[in-house]
Amino acid sequence: MESVIERIKRGSFSQFHGGIHPPEQKFLTCSKPIASAQIPEQLIIPIRQHIGQAGNVIVKVGDKVLKGQILSDCDSPMSVPIHAPTSGTITAIKSMAIPHPSGLSEACIILTPDDEDTWKQRHICPDFHLLSKTQILEKIANAGISGMGGAGFPTQVKVSTLTKINYLIINAAECEPYITADDLLLQEHSPTILDGIKILDHLLTPKNILIGIEENKAKAIAALKKATADIDHIDICVIPTKYPSGGEKQLIQILTGQEVPSGVLPSSLGIVMQNVATCFAIADAVINDTPLIKRVVTVSGQALEKPQNIWALIGTPVGFLTSQCGYNNSQNRHLIMGGPMMGFSLPHDQIPVIKTTNCILAPSEIEIASPFSSTSSKEVECIRCGQCADVCPAQLLPQELQWSAKAKDQAQLEKLNLFDCIECGACAYVCPSQIPLVHYYRVAKAEIRQQKLLDIKAEKAKVRFEARKQRLEREKVARVEKHKKAAEARKARMNTGTSAAKSEKSAVADALARVKAKKAQASIKQNTAEISITSTLEMTAESVAPADDSKSQVANAIARAKAKKIVQKNQAQIESLDTLQNNESPSSSQAAPVVIDKKAKLDLAITKKTANENTPQAETISDSANAQVDATTKVVSPEVVNLASVSDEKATQALNKKAKVAAAIAKAKAKAKTKTTASLAAETAFDSSQLSTTSPNIDVMQDSNTAAQVKNVAEAIAKKTPSGPQMVSNIDTADRDQKTKIAAAAEKAKAKELPLKSQQISNSTSSSIKSEQDSMRATQADIAAIKKAHVAAVVAKAKAKKLAASSNKLTTSE
Amino acid sequence: MSTIIAILVLGILAALFGALLGFASVRFKVQGDPLAEQLDALLPQTQCGQCGYPGCKPYAEAVANGEAINKCAPGGEDTIKKIAELMGVEVQPLDENHEADNSPKVAFIIEEDCIGCTKCIQACPVDAIIGTTKQMHTIITDECTGCDLCVAPCPVDCIEMISVATTTQNWQWDLDSIPVVKID
Amino acid sequence: MTDYLLLLVGTVLVNNFVLVKFLGLCPFMGVSSRTETAIGMSFATTFVMTLASLLSYIVNSYILAPLGLEYLTTMTFILVIAVVVQFTEMVVHKTSANLYRLLGIFLPLITTNCAVLGVALLNLYEQHNFFESIIYGFGAAVGFSLVLIMFSAMREKLANADVPAPFKGSAIAMITAGLMSLAFMGFTGLVKF
Repeated sequence: MESVIERIKRGSFSQFHGGIHPPEQKFLTCSKPIASAQIPEQLIIPIRQHIGQAGNVIVKVGDKVLKGQILSDCDSPMSVPIHAPTSGTITAIKSMAIPHPSGLSEACIILTPDDEDTWKQRHICPDFHLLSKTQILEKIANAGISGMGGAGFPTQVKVSTLTKINYLIINAAECEPYITADDLLLQEHSPTILDGIKILDHLLTPKNILIGIEENKAKAIAALKKATADIDHIDICVIPTKYPSGGEKQLIQILTGQEVPSGVLPSSLGIVMQNVATCFAIADAVINDTPLIKRVVTVSGQALEKPQNIWALIGTPVGFLTSQCGYNNSQNRHLIMGGPMMGFSLPHDQIPVIKTTNCILAPSEIEIASPFSSTSSKEVECIRCGQCADVCPAQLLPQELQWSAKAKDQAQLEKLNLFDCIECGACAYVCPSQIPLVHYYRVAKAEIRQQKLLDIKAEKAKVRFEARKQRLEREKVARVEKHKKAAEARKARMNTGTSAAKSEKSAVADALARVKAKKAQASIKQNTAEISITSTLEMTAESVAPADDSKSQVANAIARAKAKKIVQKNQAQIESLDTLQNNESPSSSQAAPVVIDKKAKLDLAITKKTANENTPQAETISDSANAQVDATTKVVSPEVVNLASVSDEKATQALNKKAKVAAAIAKAKAKAKTKTTASLAAETAFDSSQLSTTSPNIDVMQDSNTAAQVKNVAEAIAKKTPSGPQMVSNIDTADRDQKTKIAAAAEKAKAKELPLKSQQISNSTSSSIKSEQDSMRATQADIAAIKKAHVAAVVAKAKAKKLAASSNKLTTSE
Repeated sequence: MSTIIAILVLGILAALFGALLGFASVRFKVQGDPLAEQLDALLPQTQCGQCGYPGCKPYAEAVANGEAINKCAPGGEDTIKKIAELMGVEVQPLDENHEADNSPKVAFIIEEDCIGCTKCIQACPVDAIIGTTKQMHTIITDECTGCDLCVAPCPVDCIEMISVATTTQNWQWDLDSIPVVKID
Repeated sequence: MTDYLLLLVGTVLVNNFVLVKFLGLCPFMGVSSRTETAIGMSFATTFVMTLASLLSYIVNSYILAPLGLEYLTTMTFILVIAVVVQFTEMVVHKTSANLYRLLGIFLPLITTNCAVLGVALLNLYEQHNFFESIIYGFGAAVGFSLVLIMFSAMREKLANADVPAPFKGSAIAMITAGLMSLAFMGFTGLVKF
């Protein structure tokens, strides 16, 4: 049987199915030399220009880089580094529109050239045979070479294949009607390309090297023949011109007669294919130590005055290239990146050239109508002519695919081997109904891929959900077990009758006593709160004077603007309180808690927390939080008094009793606290005193205004400065900020104070209870203060967990 | 006489066939409900509970037992269509109680606001939140199903649902949506 | 032997139950939207029809005829068919729950499928012997299956095709069925009785 090589030598080639002959437009550019690279004002270098992962950027904004300097390194085999195409400064690293049909943005490095074009240090290696294979591969990888034919597959992955290679095929077919970039590269640089082929030969040691080139490139064929004249295992295969003979699978079929099965890489058949431009880049990288920073781009189309091939730096905006070729921008025209068959329209002309960009097409409206203009042809119904199936090089059924794609029948699409479609566009080209078939396939492909991802994700989520359910089950069982054991152990100890048991018993008794005390306190609070409402009513109703008085105090504590509002609203507030009290008269003993509750609900975060406390789920949290509330109430109230006696001359006589307590506490504090905590406490206390001075007003204000006021007071706390009032007036910023600050501040202060103060608190608790019993007025003020403190404490609740430890301590010492 | 014979014959035949069917019903007893499994495979597994069931599996079981098929908001129209196909019933529009927006989302914790309360961790059905008491939490984006369940428990509202950004990787080839700048 | 073969071919193609005799049209329309379902239905119906024609022959010639109870044939046949269908339903439910659900209401509806009772009664009128009865029942079922599967394959294609709006849905399905019937009329010249 005749071998493949013999057959090729005879000049006979196999055929792939289908294919089309679109009108040749290569004459526009194929006879002009490649114009040299010019440096644009700005280079936009996308970090990912290939198939695979993006590398990590290793330069910063403001860095000066030299030409050829590496900009991103790669840690996985499927990522490819990028390099500075010229010397200059990195002016930005940001999202920019990239050359992709979607017009979406991805991370790009913006390089402003300094026009000096200074190279980095290069090590020229005239004889690559001196290098080991690994060194050559490393050089290729470091030069950032990815397939330059269109797909952008990382080259070092392709050339480091381990399988035995029979054929190395160099793809010079270039079948797209307009593109001549490879043609020109062959005409001008075939020796360098040959060096690249030799390097590949050295790396892959194929039995044969086939260069596939379409017969319409006479000059390039001549140049190639001249260069390869003395090498006998390289065959130049001049193949008939037919689109898409440049497709990988198609060219393999033409040259070797082998059909690459669906879902199989050519390398498993012992075939590796490289583009000529890639060969050139490999030679440049290995011999001249030049990374892939420029490429030949065909700038063509009838809308250009002088269409030509240009050496373009990677990152050059296409607008710069088209203006170099005399593009008339005045008319409504569009640009296509890639060829007319497989390219895509660009959203604007500031899209950069990347490693895979082989053509910029600026067609006139007659040549190729813009898909976005009104003159573009309209799709009509399929007439079932079957021409698409005749031309399909992958032997698919485009018409069936189209129906299934429209019906989103993914199972059917996969059955029809949608993923074997190479998106060559031949079917759409011949379609008499002008159906954009390829577009439907692309959409369907994207949807199927997405669906597969979702399926994988769903499967993962399911597994995790099940795992979690199991874990919860296990934990529940373990917890029950633990409780049981603990209970048994306790019982056993109780029964032994030792001293330890006694102490434990007494501890239980203590706890019970504490609970009782708490209850008693709560009932007192309720009673006094009721009184406080009536008394405050009296207070405000008696005359304007007390209100004025309190107003001035408010002014010290909260925003001055708010204070005015209070005066204006005093009357209304009294009325509203009246109604409130009337409404609540049947259950007036509960009025106070309601009031407190309302205040507690002022803050969103706090409300949530309290609500959550009611859920059984957060039992432990709520316990500690409750303890915390009590604690803070007790902490803050003496402080209130303390500061009131020290700094606020306008403190009411109700606070006198508190002053005594405060004195005692102050003494204890002086002993126990460090300077910082003391000052912190003083600050908090100061703010709290302001709270207490405003309390009558707040008591009066039952409506939403209270919310604002309390919030502002809270702000004052948050600010923690003696000049609080002034600051407060400025604060009207985002709620979240305030919340966070309040929470943070309150939490900080308390976290520091509480552990130290457990002793004093137990003192102050008893004294505060005493004082409550002593005088109604005192209690009223106290309640007011407690309420304020309560608000603050509820803020702290948000941090309840963090304080769990200290609050526990607190309860015990109490 | 012939009437009695007729009745007898029919009666005996009926008894015979009845016995046969009785035997068959024992012999071919169907165990379990493979339908629920299949339904479960169709559901998006966000475990979001928007259907009113604690997870996708319980909803699948409920659908197998006659629950409405249109309660899966994250799955949207596509899922309803698939369930309808499997169940052999008519496609229904998504239940009105659910918001129609089922664009893919992931939760995001504003980390500077997080107070480390672990409430969201307890709420997450797929354990996609890492963090511990008093430590900042964060979402494992790859594992997040966008179910929304962690948003409500957060006491400081620091969890947001962010739409998954369209990238070149998951772009759906919607050419009409490209912002085209006229070149002129 | 040739007679049996002729009978089989004649029943499958020439005297096709669905397209020529217009029997069993409801599952023909009802379960033909997907090929998978149609194949399942075909198997179920084939089973039922063959078994029913066999049983009805036995019941008729060994019980009813000797006792002179021919007037009970229809009633007895219905009983026989109902039992066979019920039995089939159980088997299908056990072996393929998916198919069971896909067939849905059409599976128990085989009971009143005119094709099944038709086979049993036609056997009687044509005075088929035991083997002829079985072949006739089997042939009718194969004919039904053939047409059903072909029709469902066409309907699957039609589902994705750009059918003019007024013809969408069952209209185009009926038209397709009509055209199929037209085509099957062509078999009339195949076998001459």
